[in-house]
Amino acid sequence: MSAPDPQPSGLPGGLPRRRSFFQSTADMLRQEGARAGIIAVVSTVVFFGGGFLLVVNSPNWPRVRDQFFNPEDFRESWPDVLDGFWLNIELFVYSMLTIPVVALIVAVMRSLRGPAFFPIRLLAVIYTDIFRGIPLILLILLLGFGVPALDIDGLPNSSTFWGMVALVLSYSAYTAEIYRSGIDAVPESQRSSARALGLTQWQSLRFAILPQAIRNVVPALMNTVVSLQKDVALIAVLGVRDAVREAQIYTTRTFNYTSYVVAAVLFLALSIPLTRFVDWYVARDRAQRSQTLV
Amino acid sequence: MTAKLEIRDVHKSYGDKVVLDGMSFDVDEHEVVCLIGPSGSGKSTLLRCIDLLDPLDAGSIRLDGIDITARNTDANAVRRRVGIVFQSYNLFPHLSVLDNCTLGPRRALGVDRKSADAKARELLERFGLGDKVEEYPNRISGGQNQRAAIVRALMADPEILLLDEVTSALDPELVGEVLGVIRELAGRGMTMLLATHEMGFARDVADRVCFLHEGRVLEDAPPSQLFGSPQHERTAQFLRRVRDAGRI
Ligand SMILES: Nc1ncnc2c1ncn2[C@@H]1O[C@H](COP(=O)(O)OP(=O)(O)O)[C@@H](O)[C@H]1O
Ligand SMILES: [Mg+2]
Repeated sequence: MSAPDPQPSGLPGGLPRRRSFFQSTADMLRQEGARAGIIAVVSTVVFFGGGFLLVVNSPNWPRVRDQFFNPEDFRESWPDVLDGFWLNIELFVYSMLTIPVVALIVAVMRSLRGPAFFPIRLLAVIYTDIFRGIPLILLILLLGFGVPALDIDGLPNSSTFWGMVALVLSYSAYTAEIYRSGIDAVPESQRSSARALGLTQWQSLRFAILPQAIRNVVPALMNTVVSLQKDVALIAVLGVRDAVREAQIYTTRTFNYTSYVVAAVLFLALSIPLTRFVDWYVARDRAQRSQTLV
Repeated sequence: MTAKLEIRDVHKSYGDKVVLDGMSFDVDEHEVVCLIGPSGSGKSTLLRCIDLLDPLDAGSIRLDGIDITARNTDANAVRRRVGIVFQSYNLFPHLSVLDNCTLGPRRALGVDRKSADAKARELLERFGLGDKVEEYPNRISGGQNQRAAIVRALMADPEILLLDEVTSALDPELVGEVLGVIRELAGRGMTMLLATHEMGFARDVADRVCFLHEGRVLEDAPPSQLFGSPQHERTAQFLRRVRDAGRI
């Protein structure tokens, strides 16, 4: 090897070369080295194989296998559970698009300064306190059954809709706090600088503070998305026919629990790639941030 | 004739701590006034108050004879007439040097992008940043950051420029380029009020030097007099200490 390169994987400018998700996973394996690789494989086989044997040889395994992992029931329940899962995905996508917006509005309301804005700040505080304070499942039950029962003219009447509203309200309260921590992390001097340019309070937030704040919290926001993806399953408590509810219906009919495993598999199929992507993104973000000159 | 900027019996406390305790002085048009004094003597606070970033407790500040600390003042209008540059340059990290300079004019003054860009490029060019226009603040040196921050403050054609120890956060070898910019501005007749620890520079460039002590102006004189034969023991003491620290 020649003289040590201070930045082996860097471009001349010093920015880290962009690694795709798959490249970086492959890199990770390569870095472990051949010997380490063998050890890893052997210990993995021993660990998981041992665990597997332990389960399979337990006295009740045959019964459990038939009840939870029955291939026939898997095949039979799959179409209905998958059908329900599309509803989960729909809920997930709609709330994922709504939550950041609602949350940002609440966070901005809360960070306005000056006595004139006191009522707006108060409103934002009440909002976050209430919706962070009520367990999500309760909120879904209250809104999902409560609002349609009121039968107000002009308001949607579907439980699914109000269940999603509950999801959005609750998640927005948490997400607003994430934004707020991001806003607070922007140095006060940045606000002074913006105001000194003659920008109004709102312009300062919009053009100087929020872009930095949002950048600060993207990793935290993405982790929220991962947990949202699972919490959409709570909508099942309203009797809405999502994946969980469909699985439940199958179980009630056949006394076989394999349909729950089907639902779990479907959620995993979505959440594992999502989690891997978020981890990769956060790591990349951290690397980029530690690469500044000043 | 009234002075460009009149500081009149200004008082300001943070909690129990009195920071400005009856400060008064003037800055005339085209004049360069340096504020010197130990840290904690209220230099930064005064400059922030002049740009209405902090409210006064009592006293008044007049710009062209008009009290800008009166309750009905449009603070944003004042801030457009007064430029300020801070010790820690505070460029916006998410914007390029060019966008840092044009943000204020475009959003606060309603200047269109094209003419704001043209003006910023011209000023950046003049202060040796012609090739850094598209760079981001974390990719250029501290001195370049600070020069860009000065350009940003100049974009609105301020009538007076406030500079708060703009070289204190810089590595020593970068101080000269920033002082050079200020010197050029002084040469062009820019009215400036600057807090500084660079005594040699103050002696060179200032028309008057004010020595602050415990929230008041203890001595206000031309640099030759203030540095040559200070009238107050406190001033002499401060200058001795600075000299011992090798800052003159
Ligand atoms: N926002 C603030 N809150 C409380 N105390 C402050 C604040 N800003 C400045 N001070 C205090 O006011 C005093 C004067 O500070 P400053 O104006 O920064 O002095 P200088 O710039 O001359 O060093 C210091 O003791 C400082 O601790
Ligand atoms: Mg200071």
